Amino acid sequence: MIEITLQNYLILGAIIFTIGIIGIFLNRKNLIVILMCIELLLLAVNINLVSFSIFLNDLNGQIFTLFILTVAAAEAAIGLAIIVVYYRNSGSIYVEDIDRLKG
Amino acid sequence: MIAHSIFFYFFSIIAIISSIMVIASKNTVHSVFFLILDFISISCLFIMIGAEFLGMIMLIVYVGAVAVLFLFVVMMLNVAQKDDQILKKSSYSHVPFGLIISVVIFSELLIVIGGWKYKPNIVSPKSLTIDENISNAHSIGKVLYTDYIHVFQLSGIILLVAMIGAIVLTFKKRSGIKRQSYIEQISREKSSGVSLVDVEINRGIKIDD
Repeated sequence: MIEITLQNYLILGAIIFTIGIIGIFLNRKNLIVILMCIELLLLAVNINLVSFSIFLNDLNGQIFTLFILTVAAAEAAIGLAIIVVYYRNSGSIYVEDIDRLKG
Repeated sequence: MIAHSIFFYFFSIIAIISSIMVIASKNTVHSVFFLILDFISISCLFIMIGAEFLGMIMLIVYVGAVAVLFLFVVMMLNVAQKDDQILKKSSYSHVPFGLIISVVIFSELLIVIGGWKYKPNIVSPKSLTIDENISNAHSIGKVLYTDYIHVFQLSGIILLVAMIGAIVLTFKKRSGIKRQSYIEQISREKSSGVSLVDVEINRGIKIDD
């Protein structure tokens, strides 16, 4: 409990990952919250990679975290652009209202 | 070691609570604020365990760019007001399935973490050991610009494509606005711009504008 090992960081990453998944499943609000949940998932992956990199004394994890950061930024930009276009076309980005595909 | 554990629990509890608030708060603007708090506490954790460069990059990229982009879009789209009436009429039929799947995923992750402990020699390649004598940014730079240079440039291309894509998606050509057209200005000639008219005496001339 007192000594912080790799397990603690991995459990923290697992908790944040699960919270992100719960957010995607249970979301009843708008699409922006779903994008934020995806950011949470990527953050949890980053926590795992960095803690493995530090505790196993291997630099590869931090390099991969940099690339994940790049992809996350690009994904947020594209996703928000798509949301803006959708809002312009249909006037609403609420999950309840998006039923054009009857899913 | 005591200080390490105290700081770890402090930052991780803040991170967990704020990530719960991201998905639980009713106002979307509040969700973005809690997302910023989450990123900041996780980057504090990164700085604490020795990945200073990534912690700082995390602050710059996530808090400075991504979260502000979210905030910008949320405030631009004006979605924060309608939340209450949407929440009232929503159905909750899929909630148990979501909870069950989340619990299963969480227990799978825990099993993976525990199972990794029993076979520790499965990951020990030690291809790039961290040199304690040079700083974190220095060691990342020594690897990133040599061994990973192609991946680095590919990530630059990804950012370029994302930038172009975002501009192309959201660009809207507006009508009714007078714009300068260089090609029209340059290709204007005497024959199209000037017309000579014979004016009759005592009649004048009507210029249609």
